[in-house]
Amino acid sequence: MDTLVPWLTGAFEWATSSAFTFSVIVAILAVVGFVSIWAMFAVWLERKASADFQVRIGPNRVGGRFGLLQTLADGLKLAFKEDLIPGAADKLLFALAPAVAFCGAFAAFAALPFSPAISAVDLNLGVFFIVAVSAIGVIGVLMAGWSSNNKWSLYGAMREAAQLISYEIPSALALMVPILVTGSLNLKEIVAFQCLPSDGTLDKEGLFYWSNSGWLAFYSPWTFVAFVIYYVASLAECKRAPFDLPEAESELVSGFHTEYSGMRFSFFFLEEYAMMFVVSAIAALVFLGGWQPLPFVSLNLPTSGFLGFGANLFYAGVFLAKAVFLVWVQIWVRWTVPRMRVDQVMVMGYKYLIPVSLVALLMMALYEHWDVRYLPGLF
Amino acid sequence: MADAMTSNAASAPAKTLLLPGDPRPPDLHVDVRTQELQINMGPQHPSTHGVLRVAIWVDGEIVTRAEPDIGYLHRCAEKIGESVSCIQYVPYTDRYDYLAAMNNNLGYCLAVEKVAEVEVPEKAQYVRTVAVELNRIASHLMAVGTYGLDLGAFTPFFYAFREREEILRLLEWICGARLTYNFIRIGGVMRDMPAGWAADVRKFLDVFEERLDEFNDLLTHNHIFVGRTANVGVIPPDMAIRYGLTGPNLRGSGLRYDLRREQPYLLYDRFQFDVPVGTGLKGQVGDCWDRYWVRVLEMRECVRIIRQALDQMPATGEIMAKNVRHLAFKSKPGEGYFGIENPRGELGYYLISDGGANSYRSRIRAPSFCSLSILESMLPGTMLADAVAIIGSIDIVLGEVDR
Repeated sequence: MDTLVPWLTGAFEWATSSAFTFSVIVAILAVVGFVSIWAMFAVWLERKASADFQVRIGPNRVGGRFGLLQTLADGLKLAFKEDLIPGAADKLLFALAPAVAFCGAFAAFAALPFSPAISAVDLNLGVFFIVAVSAIGVIGVLMAGWSSNNKWSLYGAMREAAQLISYEIPSALALMVPILVTGSLNLKEIVAFQCLPSDGTLDKEGLFYWSNSGWLAFYSPWTFVAFVIYYVASLAECKRAPFDLPEAESELVSGFHTEYSGMRFSFFFLEEYAMMFVVSAIAALVFLGGWQPLPFVSLNLPTSGFLGFGANLFYAGVFLAKAVFLVWVQIWVRWTVPRMRVDQVMVMGYKYLIPVSLVALLMMALYEHWDVRYLPGLF
Repeated sequence: MADAMTSNAASAPAKTLLLPGDPRPPDLHVDVRTQELQINMGPQHPSTHGVLRVAIWVDGEIVTRAEPDIGYLHRCAEKIGESVSCIQYVPYTDRYDYLAAMNNNLGYCLAVEKVAEVEVPEKAQYVRTVAVELNRIASHLMAVGTYGLDLGAFTPFFYAFREREEILRLLEWICGARLTYNFIRIGGVMRDMPAGWAADVRKFLDVFEERLDEFNDLLTHNHIFVGRTANVGVIPPDMAIRYGLTGPNLRGSGLRYDLRREQPYLLYDRFQFDVPVGTGLKGQVGDCWDRYWVRVLEMRECVRIIRQALDQMPATGEIMAKNVRHLAFKSKPGEGYFGIENPRGELGYYLISDGGANSYRSRIRAPSFCSLSILESMLPGTMLADAVAIIGSIDIVLGEVDR
């Protein structure tokens, strides 16, 4: 049981000669299924959380007391709506844009490890891959804004392009800090680094032991700075408040998806929630110990054999809990603060986040060189 | 080559698109040609507060020209005033500034009472004061709540609406309607306060003061909110006077002018209350934050006025003047203007009576209309997002602008 594709390839080898192709298809379906279910859950969570913040009740009719199936009902409604393309729109680009936007977020899911063994593919360049493919979304948004032939949409698209390109830099720089510490771009190895035992033995016995590094967010002051910067920049990358300028409904009506309706609109929606999960998952994996439940103590469950299956599920649960918590914080921020102005967003990105992330990267490099973690001369 | 370049430049001189106030020399040749974009904000737009259309010319994110286009909600309100009797006209006044219908009723009734020389009983005046000030709180709550919405803060809107809902409940209890009250009638009020109503109002006021603090924590002093509103849309005092601004928009510019204080009507000379003005606490005097803050402070003053009115109110008394029914058939010839302090500024009614049942001319001076006129000179040079912030900060109601 390594990752999904090789594991499935092994499992189906006796049945079909093209086991690899088959298992890739199964893996893709698994990811699509997860993304869909996640989006349903996230929309429900956002509705319930915003209702709590706003002294409302929220969905409470469809699917029991807690309105669990409200999103499904809304999704069905969107699916049955007329597929409307404005007459003056560029039809090909208009139709293609939601798919392109969704592709990036969807591809990023493929490289996310959920536990030591559960992931679609194990990429050595995991972090790099996810950062790269999740930037594809901006092309879809630009296409949507341009092809809609609507000035508000165009504004939204241009804002999105400017904002995303500006905030990719600090978020990538912030991710460089833990990569500098761990020396790996592989998400599984980054998590493994966070549970290395303190005495340096490789095959540590026992259920719990002191971890050498602990969660990377608490590894040194500079990794914590990097964590905060990454989180703020990731809010901007997901177009979440206070950086929701591309769709600022009180300014740009609905921004780049003003002209979209029905299923095409729902794809943009799906992309937003998928991206929220991806950035939160990276924050959880890279900075918050991935599937390790405690900050400075490593839990050492066997991950092979029959018991290993259960252990993997437990680890995946811990990881999901962290990622969902970070998504919930995004929701919390969204329903609390007003929106920033476009120049304020740029000032924040270029004047604060980028310089501070550069300083964090430089200082972390020096700390590593001096072999200190907290304060020079003390620890 | 050099010739070609000069001839090119001569045939199509490089168009400089420098904005007014740009520090660069005006004869600067800009290589990258940009073009102004005209966009149409409204009449269906989330933050024009009704059916206002603003044609905006933008250079990138910066507004270069703005032209408000009104009239989408025109309902011939002044003409109707000439075709129905003044008693029948009271319900129409509800519909102008539908967020402050009680104040509209009051303004019209006071104007008619002035022309027809009607004496209103004391008890009715107190009941009017309480109803009008409650309505003012509701109107300001709507203004500050939707202002947050304009700036992308959803939650404060719901907090404001929770309190407004409570006021609407109280007003529904006293007159049966939540929005278009028709409660203040010529010569008095529709009915006396129901039993237990005053106690409920006091209970609401106690809760409301605490919740206003909560609201301030959530929105007023929020760093992003201050960043979006302070030093944005500054209206200097002389400009405010030039455009005929009144109400919180004028007081936001630091001018202490409130008709309740300057020309006391009803019983406002009996109450202790302050007239808050903008002081430039977070930025310059007269910026969007100041106008917003004046509204928040005014809600506190409303609470003070209502408490005093409830304390001073006689337990029993007439609520309707004698002999006003004849106004349905004939009135004295004459004319008169009466202006009151609406939540949005000076709401004035100018009535001319030729002795018949209908007024010969009924003119309405709407505060939102004057506030709106300032947009054309305020918006150029601001960013698109600031334009939304400015439109929200002058708090217009289109029903009143178009009438």
